[in-house]
Amino acid sequence: MKQRSLRRRLIALGAVAIVGLAACGGSDDAADEATDDTTDEAAETVSGLGNECTTGKTLVEGKLTIATGNPAYEPWVVGDAPESKEGFEAAIAYGVAGEMGFSEENIVWVRTSFDEAIQPGAKNFDFNLQQYSITDERKATVSFSDPYYSTNQALVAFGDSAVATATSVSELKGLKFGAQAGTTSLEFITSVIQPDAAPFAYDDNAGAKAALEAKQIDAIVVDLPTALYISAVEIEGSKVVGQFPASDVAPGDDFGMVFDLDNPLVECVNVALSRMRDLTYELMSIEETWLADYTGAPVISLD
Amino acid sequence: MVLVAVLVFVPRMPRWDRVKKSFFDVDQMGDSLPRLIDAFWLDVKIFAWTTPAIFALALLIALARNSRSPALFPIRALAAAYTDVMRGVPVILWIYLVGFGVPGLGIARPFNSPLLWGSVALAMTYSGYVAEVFRAGIDSVHESQRAAARSLGLSSTQTMRHVVLPQAIRRVVPPLLNDLVSLQKDVALVSLIGPIEILRQAGIDKSKFANFTPFVVAALIFLSVTIPLTRLTDYLWQRERRRTSGTRVAA
Repeated sequence: MKQRSLRRRLIALGAVAIVGLAACGGSDDAADEATDDTTDEAAETVSGLGNECTTGKTLVEGKLTIATGNPAYEPWVVGDAPESKEGFEAAIAYGVAGEMGFSEENIVWVRTSFDEAIQPGAKNFDFNLQQYSITDERKATVSFSDPYYSTNQALVAFGDSAVATATSVSELKGLKFGAQAGTTSLEFITSVIQPDAAPFAYDDNAGAKAALEAKQIDAIVVDLPTALYISAVEIEGSKVVGQFPASDVAPGDDFGMVFDLDNPLVECVNVALSRMRDLTYELMSIEETWLADYTGAPVISLD
Repeated sequence: MVLVAVLVFVPRMPRWDRVKKSFFDVDQMGDSLPRLIDAFWLDVKIFAWTTPAIFALALLIALARNSRSPALFPIRALAAAYTDVMRGVPVILWIYLVGFGVPGLGIARPFNSPLLWGSVALAMTYSGYVAEVFRAGIDSVHESQRAAARSLGLSSTQTMRHVVLPQAIRRVVPPLLNDLVSLQKDVALVSLIGPIEILRQAGIDKSKFANFTPFVVAALIFLSVTIPLTRLTDYLWQRERRRTSGTRVAA
């Protein structure tokens, strides 16, 4: 008897719960619709909170959360302060945000390490830009925007070293190389240059630079704009030995913004990027402003 | 009980499939294994050449701290300061400071190698810890042993060499092994200044394939060395105990 009454009570409880849930569900829907309506209107009437495309797709409604490196390096972000809009990637980020209808006060900057952002898992940013090369392996865990910049790998060494005059990869075999771990630059060393001695890998470019200055390595491989910046500003006496041409083994590096996998915001950013490329030519003018003209950098043949 | 619970419930968790794919991908294991074993060889080498250096340095420091002549006070103070500073600063900082700093002074190759200076940094910090272990061992030898040795006509150096140290070192084998196991893992920190050893290689593979399986493989490789090593030392230790202590009391 006892058991039975317990069961009855449970059934009764269940019924109440279901009714309760249904009621909740109803009111929730109503609330959702209400908020949807208001935000839609807001997007149309109040400017600076995004456009139709971005509605409901950002981490925080009406705000655009952008991530960059910690620290962020020049010439990509000047003085580690992306809020200043100075530097190539900072300018690109503000350009894209503007195209998508976000005003400057609605842009939130966060920082991540390079590795962290391309791991599987939830992201604390809408998109992340710190010279991520678009690769097929990475596409399995994150989504990329269309490229906002294309570059080649380049070699930096001291101007007075034997490497400085190298013109082909075959002359580089006997050297000691360094690059940032987990980058396409390190991959380039092991798969294309294939030096006799194992390369060194560092957490960031700062490590590679320290090792170059300590003469622990003969040369570092980085993307060309970074190479130009390092040689011109950061390491006295160093020079860009040359850039490596894009090839089948090592296609040039296309930089894309990183998103959480299958984030629908990618489309909106791609629309913004294509407008900046083909309509307003903003992409080109940003590049001219922040990146050195490198047409003069010699090419190192892959033979 | 806990093990059974883990085996039964973890595969039933909602996102187990994703975790399984990113941590226990069998294809990825096969792909990474040869590269990781190659890279592990470097860890073994660093471990092999730093260990003797650590023991030698640590013993010197322990002896310096245990010196008793009043005239040697500065040496005692220096040894104490050394252990304080070495143990008080994180290993990782020493590796950066010594690994990039010293070669940055302009030393020529091959003496600016990050392997060399990374090992020096490891030897510096670990000798601080190991010196304290030795000192504890030396202090644990009863004063009467010294008194007896001296009364037999042994000098203080002979007493230390033939009476105190043999007993002291035997007593501190377990804590020493503890430090060695810890060292064996900290060897991986040398990768911060360049050399690609197993953890760095696993990190590179992880970034390339966006999969954490290489780390799991690296962990298994570490375990495959540390566990047999610990068992062997345990066995030697037990044998030594049986040999030197009297009848064993049953439970």
